[in-house]
Amino acid sequence: MPGNDAHQHDVLIIGGGGAGLRAAIAAVEESGRLSIAVLSKVYPMRSHTVSAEGGAAAVMRDNDSLDTHAKDTIFGSDFLADQDVVEAFVKEAPGQMIQLEHWGCPWSRDPDGRVSVRPFGGMTVNRTLYAADKTGFHMLHALFQTSLKYDSIVRYDEWFATSLLVEDGRVCGVAAVNVHDGTVSAITAKAVILCTGGGGRVFPFTTNAAIKTGDGMALAYRAGAPLKDMEFVQYHPTGLPGTGILITEAARGEGGHLKNKDGYRYLQDYGLGPPTDKPVHRKMELGPRDILSRCHMQEYQKGRTFEGPHGHYVHLDLRHLGEKLIDKNLPFVRELAKNYVGIDPVYEPIPVRPVVHYMMGGISTDINAKTPLEGLYAAGEAACVSINGANRLGSNSLTELLVFGARAGRSAARHALERPAVKSNPVAQLVSDERKRLDSRFLRADGRERIADIREAMQKAMEDGCGIYRERASMEATCKILRELRGRFARIGLSDRDAVFNTELIAALELDSMLDVAEAVANSALLREESRGSHTRTDFPKRDDARFLKHSLAYRTPDAPRIDYLPVTITRWPPEERKY
Amino acid sequence: MSEARPARPGLYYPKLPATWWLRRPGYVRFMLREVTSVFVAIFVVELLVIVHKIGQGPQAYADMVAKLQSPGCIVFHVIALAFVLYHTITWFQATGVVQVVRVGDRQVPPALVVAGNYVAWVVASLFILYWLLVRS
Amino acid sequence: MTEETITLEVTRYRPGHDREPRTESFSVPYRKDWVVLDALNHIKDRVDGSLTYRWSCRMGVCGSCGMMVNGVPKLTCSAFLRDYHPGPIRVEPLANFPVIRDLVVALDDFLEKLRRVKPWLIRETEKPVAEGEYRQTPAQLDAYKQFSMCINCMLCYAACPVYGLAPAFVGPAAIALAYRYNLDSRDEGYRVREPILSDSVGVWECTFVGECSVVCPKGVDPAAAIQRSKVAGAKDWAMSVLMPWGGRK
Repeated sequence: MPGNDAHQHDVLIIGGGGAGLRAAIAAVEESGRLSIAVLSKVYPMRSHTVSAEGGAAAVMRDNDSLDTHAKDTIFGSDFLADQDVVEAFVKEAPGQMIQLEHWGCPWSRDPDGRVSVRPFGGMTVNRTLYAADKTGFHMLHALFQTSLKYDSIVRYDEWFATSLLVEDGRVCGVAAVNVHDGTVSAITAKAVILCTGGGGRVFPFTTNAAIKTGDGMALAYRAGAPLKDMEFVQYHPTGLPGTGILITEAARGEGGHLKNKDGYRYLQDYGLGPPTDKPVHRKMELGPRDILSRCHMQEYQKGRTFEGPHGHYVHLDLRHLGEKLIDKNLPFVRELAKNYVGIDPVYEPIPVRPVVHYMMGGISTDINAKTPLEGLYAAGEAACVSINGANRLGSNSLTELLVFGARAGRSAARHALERPAVKSNPVAQLVSDERKRLDSRFLRADGRERIADIREAMQKAMEDGCGIYRERASMEATCKILRELRGRFARIGLSDRDAVFNTELIAALELDSMLDVAEAVANSALLREESRGSHTRTDFPKRDDARFLKHSLAYRTPDAPRIDYLPVTITRWPPEERKY
Repeated sequence: MSEARPARPGLYYPKLPATWWLRRPGYVRFMLREVTSVFVAIFVVELLVIVHKIGQGPQAYADMVAKLQSPGCIVFHVIALAFVLYHTITWFQATGVVQVVRVGDRQVPPALVVAGNYVAWVVASLFILYWLLVRS
Repeated sequence: MTEETITLEVTRYRPGHDREPRTESFSVPYRKDWVVLDALNHIKDRVDGSLTYRWSCRMGVCGSCGMMVNGVPKLTCSAFLRDYHPGPIRVEPLANFPVIRDLVVALDDFLEKLRRVKPWLIRETEKPVAEGEYRQTPAQLDAYKQFSMCINCMLCYAACPVYGLAPAFVGPAAIALAYRYNLDSRDEGYRVREPILSDSVGVWECTFVGECSVVCPKGVDPAAAIQRSKVAGAKDWAMSVLMPWGGRK
């Protein structure tokens, strides 16, 4: 594979979603002299941030306080969040929301013209800003359109980064395929920020788009950076059966009810009651996602869920909200339900079930978005700082994109200002090696395995072993299957040998990333012998602070990942029992 | 035709055929609407000719009226009237899209804006008819 | 029991090998809840791994999967097989764009035009973040909200015959986004965008065919945005002729 080695920048951001674009703008504002590059395997407006619906949380009102937001987040995380980071996060959140508003984001408004806030799961006070029910869409487009203002932000649209270039223990750029012509080039930079999102596509049913394959996590992992808390995978309680399309938590924030096949609001049986007509913070349908997903599974085990062509489901009833409110605050929900399950939520309840939605885990970073590898930063779902711990509260992740995207941009920019230019000779050799590696691994003539077969086997193994309820035997089986799939992947065969826009090659590269991510998830899960947040084990059903009040760190080895641990930072909120 | 970009190797540049407007009903309706302008123009010219003939005296006027009453002319005028009516209807439809009317805080629904045009048309037509038939 | 199938007639084009696009037929399972995108994925996973197309969210919000389905620009993630039964279904790349490969078209022209119309909030003076948000009432938000819903899917450009015949035309989506910012009560950039919109390849290139609004999957109504911009532009011109000394917003 030929290529061109002439791309040099100061800061290189991989991923053009909410975190990546926010980082780019922050880096430019740190210094206009810096050359900032944003490299993305899709055009930025296609990034998965666009599908987020519900809202972004921040302390905006007098009846709220930073401590309350922090406490809600830490409590929701089942005490695995690093409390110093959470304190910084809640402090910077309001300013980031206002900044985005100044950049044109069309937040929904109160009659007096102030930005509105609405209730959300696990939050004690209304603090979730929203733009109807397409918050992620509006945030992403506001950020993307604002980024177009800056001439010093250069974009590499539809380029796929295949490996980090590391020289002298320092990350100095990436080798990347230009999908449009199939050439492999080096893009060098003094600092690299990974904002590539999570890896929900390792599971078969997910709200996640096709592009959520954990590529950045794999890049960091292969370069020696640890992946933190990978075992914590969030199931969103209300996805559409079959497609997994997301029905936002805001539907419950506005007052929607979850009912089993008897029309009964079953959440009251699980300590989340009493049931009220209007939503009460943190109760019933506004409970945290991990608990709600478990309640659904328990209803299923009791035989009280509906059964359909795509498995078990329950009803999300919005009828009592009325057409006017639905059209004003939940228009996208109405559109999705009508298009994909043929239901008009004004007249009929929506079928929903828990689906994989978010990875709390990711590339381990500190409070300034810095990873243990020099020159490497990460932010957004791809990173784990950690503010979300073992379970994320809804509407904290859109805020996370802004707070830590900005932190990453500033940190990377400051680092770049202090560093000399990257030397070109070592880079040329690294890229040449990478071209050879890609040719021999992916374009071999004797490949026999099909991408779709390996991918589906991986997804099934993850569903079986790393679902909502886990136990040793099935997790061990999953780890074993993943090791075998790694072996099969070495014999992957592509039918597409063209250079121009070879999406089969990209699919193979993505599968490579997913296998790494899946192994990190499964092995971390196997070794965490407790139940905490979204990691629930039937063989270890209790939370065990004595042994496991710590983050897991997965390091890549030629065999299964090596799992190490890092203590959680506790400041003002000692762990207590998590009751709602 | 204006070419905005230089051609890149490998890319295939599709060309629109001359019959592009037959591909979708929306395009056909658009072309018919554009053609109505021809008939509107013809009516305007005709009106000027009639005025000119009136100025030339009763005989010239009577000759012109006789010509206009020939079958061919009548057929043409029926077709032309249909096109001019289509012109009017599509114009009124467009006002609903183009003209944003605000009453206080709220926007008047486009259908009402369009209806307003029809009402004005009917009122004006009735007035002209009254003046022509009753008053003269 | 043999499963019912439906035929897809898909455009293939390999640069360097094909002089021009050709059509290939595929038979896929007919499932009532499948969309055209599901059928394409089935072909790529099981039949021909070289079939090339873009997709991502599969819920109609990312704008990646726009293609021509039976000659109509559509998001293939929202085009249900059951609406085309018994088929065959023609799937072609988005019209009026250069084809890179198979069903993938080049979007550079649109991105350049998007940047050209300056789709960001322009103000004389910026308020410091510490002073809070710019106040905007729900009515002020409603004034431009519809035009902010554009997902950049390019179906409108594929439906616009003017863009097909005169590719220099700035186009529906770009103008609608410029209009969205012009209407935003927080924006002060009308004069800055004016030269771009009132240029001969701006709003005045449009002949109000209206198909852009018909195919828009998000109800943005770019045709309305363009015609209203024409009205505003015409008013500006008239004022500048009648009152050349006057300064306006």
